[in-house]
Amino acid sequence: MSDLNAIMAVASRDFIKFLRDRTRLIFSLVSPIVFVGLMGGTLQGNLGRAAGFNFIGFIFTGVLGLTLFQSAAQGLMSILQDRESDFSQEMFISPISRYAIVFGKILGETSVAFTQAIPMVVFAVLLRVPLSGGQLLALIPAALLASLLGGAFGVAAISAFSNQRAANQIFPFLIFPQFFLAGIFNPIQVLPWYLEVASRISPMRYAVDLIRGVVYSGRPEYSRVVLFDPLTNLVVMLVMFVVFLTTGTVLFIRNETNR
Amino acid sequence: MPPVIEVHNLVKRYRKADRNAVDGVSFDVQPGEFFALLGPNGAGKTTTISILTTTLRPTSGSVRIAGHDAVAEAAAVRRQVGIIFQKPSLDLNLSGEENVRFHAFMYNLYPYRPTYSLMAGGYKKQIADLAAILGLGKEIFQPVKKLSGGMMRKLEIIRGLMHRPHVLFLDEPTAGLDAASRRSLWDYLREVRERYETTIFLTTHYLDEAEEAGRICILDKGHVVSNGTPQEIKADLLQERLVLDADDRSALRAELVAQGLKFEEGVHFQVDLNGHRAQAIIQRIGTPLTVLRTDSPSLEDAYLKIVGTSLE
Repeated sequence: MSDLNAIMAVASRDFIKFLRDRTRLIFSLVSPIVFVGLMGGTLQGNLGRAAGFNFIGFIFTGVLGLTLFQSAAQGLMSILQDRESDFSQEMFISPISRYAIVFGKILGETSVAFTQAIPMVVFAVLLRVPLSGGQLLALIPAALLASLLGGAFGVAAISAFSNQRAANQIFPFLIFPQFFLAGIFNPIQVLPWYLEVASRISPMRYAVDLIRGVVYSGRPEYSRVVLFDPLTNLVVMLVMFVVFLTTGTVLFIRNETNR
Repeated sequence: MPPVIEVHNLVKRYRKADRNAVDGVSFDVQPGEFFALLGPNGAGKTTTISILTTTLRPTSGSVRIAGHDAVAEAAAVRRQVGIIFQKPSLDLNLSGEENVRFHAFMYNLYPYRPTYSLMAGGYKKQIADLAAILGLGKEIFQPVKKLSGGMMRKLEIIRGLMHRPHVLFLDEPTAGLDAASRRSLWDYLREVRERYETTIFLTTHYLDEAEEAGRICILDKGHVVSNGTPQEIKADLLQERLVLDADDRSALRAELVAQGLKFEEGVHFQVDLNGHRAQAIIQRIGTPLTVLRTDSPSLEDAYLKIVGTSLE
């Protein structure tokens, strides 16, 4: 396990950079207020009764999954940023495996995403989204999985981009449709077949659904909110994680060395 | 001792390129040698160094570093080399110490600890030594972006030496440095060679930098033009010439042609000596001369002549 030190070094570098970035810190405090508070609050008042379940809770779980997934995915773009600032050379000439570097990146961005989720959960508790101690505990592994999947998705996505500018332009098109296909703000119990297909190949859907499965477990509205049982989500996420990570890393390394 | 770097018939053609960036380059570097790869921009220096340091895959040919194949055993090669890139590869938002610590973990020199204070004593001592070499105090714990360009370069070199590489590669290390920083960087490199007996492989487009090396390999348009000690290169490249002229230029021309000599006709006649003795040539000329002298260009003239065509 000689790569372990390197994985930790790569991961902690990303985390330290997050802690030193005041703008990102402030954003991660403000975004739950905007999304969960404002959006959830307004939707709860207008749609909550018709839907028949707590909409703040629905939005909270959706935005939590979204934040974890997106933050990790977007964080992986710092690989491209490193390449532009030439720091990636320092990483790629070291004698450790490329998989270790990419995995370290995912781990680092996962810890960043995870930290960003904490104020969101605190805010949800303040807004009286019903969360038991057991559910909070169960949220931890679910949240970790959601961000790991996001990170792997990020690797697969950036392997296709040659530079940061291209990535910045195309990335939103990969993430934004998933907001709706994963049902962050909108229930997706009933979908026309073509949207159903699109929704089922959208990785964010499984991350969000797993979190909802945890938060709504044992509640009367469970069947109206949660799409798949947590085990199914878990298996799909693991498969997607492995596929994204391996293909993404292989492609990324090939692009780096076979210029 | 076997060479520490063996490059044989190296070829690299970039994707979508219509010519080879490196085109059949071969050379060896002996352990402990100070080797300079000299050439104008676009000669293929950075391409070569990238292949030697495993960050770029060659199209064909073989490269062995410290006995390991650069393609098949890339990880083993990377363990044996340190690299200083053309553009600084420090994380400017981290402190000098954090940059060095990152390197230490990447080369598995110390077990991972999240903070400096938790690091092993040996590491802290190394940092103290390193700060002393750089003439830094507490600044080593400040973000790197506060350091000068010369200081950053030295920090990179020190970082690159932490894992005691057999070969230290430097890709145009003085680019963007002022004269004083360049001077002090050279002094430092000399010290590194003496202290660690590290092989130094340098690319540069400055002739005066290459002249400090034990051996120079001149690259132009992807080909090796000349390879040897600075003295050998001089002997190889520098053609002593005889400069002649006469009022009756056509008579002089006829005599030179009759002797079978190679010459250029400019303001004066310039005859390549090519091993001939100047005396022998003059003895056989009957046309009264108005100009007679020998001319030996400097190494710089020779270099510029080689690369002149690529600079145009």
